[in-house]
Amino acid sequence: MATTTAPTSSPSIEPSERATHRPDRSFRRRQRWGWLFVAPFALVFLTFLILPLVFAFRMSLFSSTLATGTRFVGADNYVKAFTDPLFLEGLVTVAKFAFIMIPAQMLVALVAALVLDNLTTWASKFSRLMIFIPYAVPVVIGALMWGFLYSPRFGPAGSIFALFGAEAPNFLAQDSIFGSLVNIVTWQWAGYYMIIIYAALRGIDPGIYEAAVLDGASDRQIAWRIKIPLISSSMVMVIIFALIGTLQFFTEPQVLRGVAQGAIPTDYTPNMYAFSLAFSYSQFNYASAISFALGIVVFVFSFFFLFLTRKQSGLK
Amino acid sequence: MALVTDIPKQRDGGRGARSAASRTRARNGGPRIGSHIFLLILVIYFVTPIWWLTVASTKDTAGLFGGSGGPLWFDSEFHFFDNIRGLFDRQNGIYWRWLGNSFLYAISGGVGATVLAVLAGYGFAKYRFRGRGVFFGVLLGAVMVPLTALVIPTFVLLSEAGLVNTVWAVILPSLLSPFGVYLMRVFAQETISDDLLDAARIDGAGEIRTFFQIALPLLRPGIVTVLLLSVVGTWNNFFLPLAVLSDPLLLPVTVGLNGWTALSNAGSGGEALWNLITTGAFISIIPLIIAFLTLQKYWQGGLSLGSLK
Repeated sequence: MATTTAPTSSPSIEPSERATHRPDRSFRRRQRWGWLFVAPFALVFLTFLILPLVFAFRMSLFSSTLATGTRFVGADNYVKAFTDPLFLEGLVTVAKFAFIMIPAQMLVALVAALVLDNLTTWASKFSRLMIFIPYAVPVVIGALMWGFLYSPRFGPAGSIFALFGAEAPNFLAQDSIFGSLVNIVTWQWAGYYMIIIYAALRGIDPGIYEAAVLDGASDRQIAWRIKIPLISSSMVMVIIFALIGTLQFFTEPQVLRGVAQGAIPTDYTPNMYAFSLAFSYSQFNYASAISFALGIVVFVFSFFFLFLTRKQSGLK
Repeated sequence: MALVTDIPKQRDGGRGARSAASRTRARNGGPRIGSHIFLLILVIYFVTPIWWLTVASTKDTAGLFGGSGGPLWFDSEFHFFDNIRGLFDRQNGIYWRWLGNSFLYAISGGVGATVLAVLAGYGFAKYRFRGRGVFFGVLLGAVMVPLTALVIPTFVLLSEAGLVNTVWAVILPSLLSPFGVYLMRVFAQETISDDLLDAARIDGAGEIRTFFQIALPLLRPGIVTVLLLSVVGTWNNFFLPLAVLSDPLLLPVTVGLNGWTALSNAGSGGEALWNLITTGAFISIIPLIIAFLTLQKYWQGGLSLGSLK
């Protein structure tokens, strides 16, 4: 009857076992509260992110014309999109913007942050705020403002260039509109990126510099060898923001289109192309395919970039 | 994917070392003057457009085209209040309606998105529920989904639900802020210790009371940051309202002013609008600038929250 000994011997152990087990069970029960906290967001996430994505994908698999009605066409819209010169040109345009605009913004933001980090004067505090201020200006208003400033009729460019005895270029002409847009975006966002980088710089323990200062390192050496490597994760984040924003470029060229007569076509960027397909030509199926294709491109680019910088960002 | 994040502390203890470093630099003299000149150039670059707008809002149309002071200085006549009166007269003061709409969208969308982000961020940070890892992974991926790619399908969905051309068409999609959730999760993880929550529970507080009385006050700086970011996001939004609204009375100020500009550019007798556009634009940027200036101490540290380490 060896089996009967087990229950009788257990009472001495049970209390302690209960002590560790019961909180465990209540611990597990408590974790369900997590879903309650997450549920409202999950609902919005499903309705306004997952559902539109699924819906856009489904729409992109159909084609609808007056003659044939709506019919299933499979991947045809995607084949069409990736061979559509207008879409591909739009992609090339935003890729060009990414290559010029992101380094321009990063350079301004990084240098400004490094300079500000070395100063503690009231002038530096004031400058920090003033550099950031454009972020508080809505993108549309920023683009409208620059549209005025570029305009030969209203803008100050004429009188500024006249000071140097030169004639102001037409910022809104076909061959200069690219640079004009780069300038607007840099003006709008560099301050925001500067604040993020600056906050990361302030997060570095200053003790780290002390030894370098004692060894006679110059400011520039400290910036290159110590500061920039230490804030690389913030830089990666900022570049990802800039990359996602640039690839879906829409507002600035859309607003400037009216002022720059003829310099910006309706299919200048993929997003503008999708917008005009949907709302000027009612081609919602093909527009969905373009949107979805653009989404995939952005997603792939961002992941590719995160992969390239996995060492800097600490993401593995 | 190991996401360990930290919150840069506003440094107080380091001030001694820093001022020692700047003292040595002050002795060298040069770099600080150079730095200040550099900053001056940057400030001029970043402020000039806003200065131009301020000056332009005091001019009438004739002053805008060829005022005595040039584009960057005041005209001999001061028309700011005339322009404001003009904004009240034009189409029965539709501009103020637009401004009100912007406030409505930005505040309801921004506050709503923040509430959802705070709850979800806290849930992700402090509970180990089933499916948490998968959901959070999907959410991180969603941060990289371009939101504008969702506008056209959202438009079609909303039109099937009969919501196009209502305020809901702007407010409801604005509640989505995966990045806000991510920020709040990072912030909750850093600022709220499990021991503190356990202590509250042992004292008999339920989960909801623990959240409101213990967690929420600690989360305040993060909440202000996420609130500012989402209010700015909604206030700035252009693509979504442009797509889902056609009733002029529902437009936010951004889309409305853009419409006036298009009208004036088309030249269909719209010349007189330029002064209203500049004044309207000037008034519309004041609220956010004031918000950022007064809430400085919250967002300056908070904006760096999301960085991955």
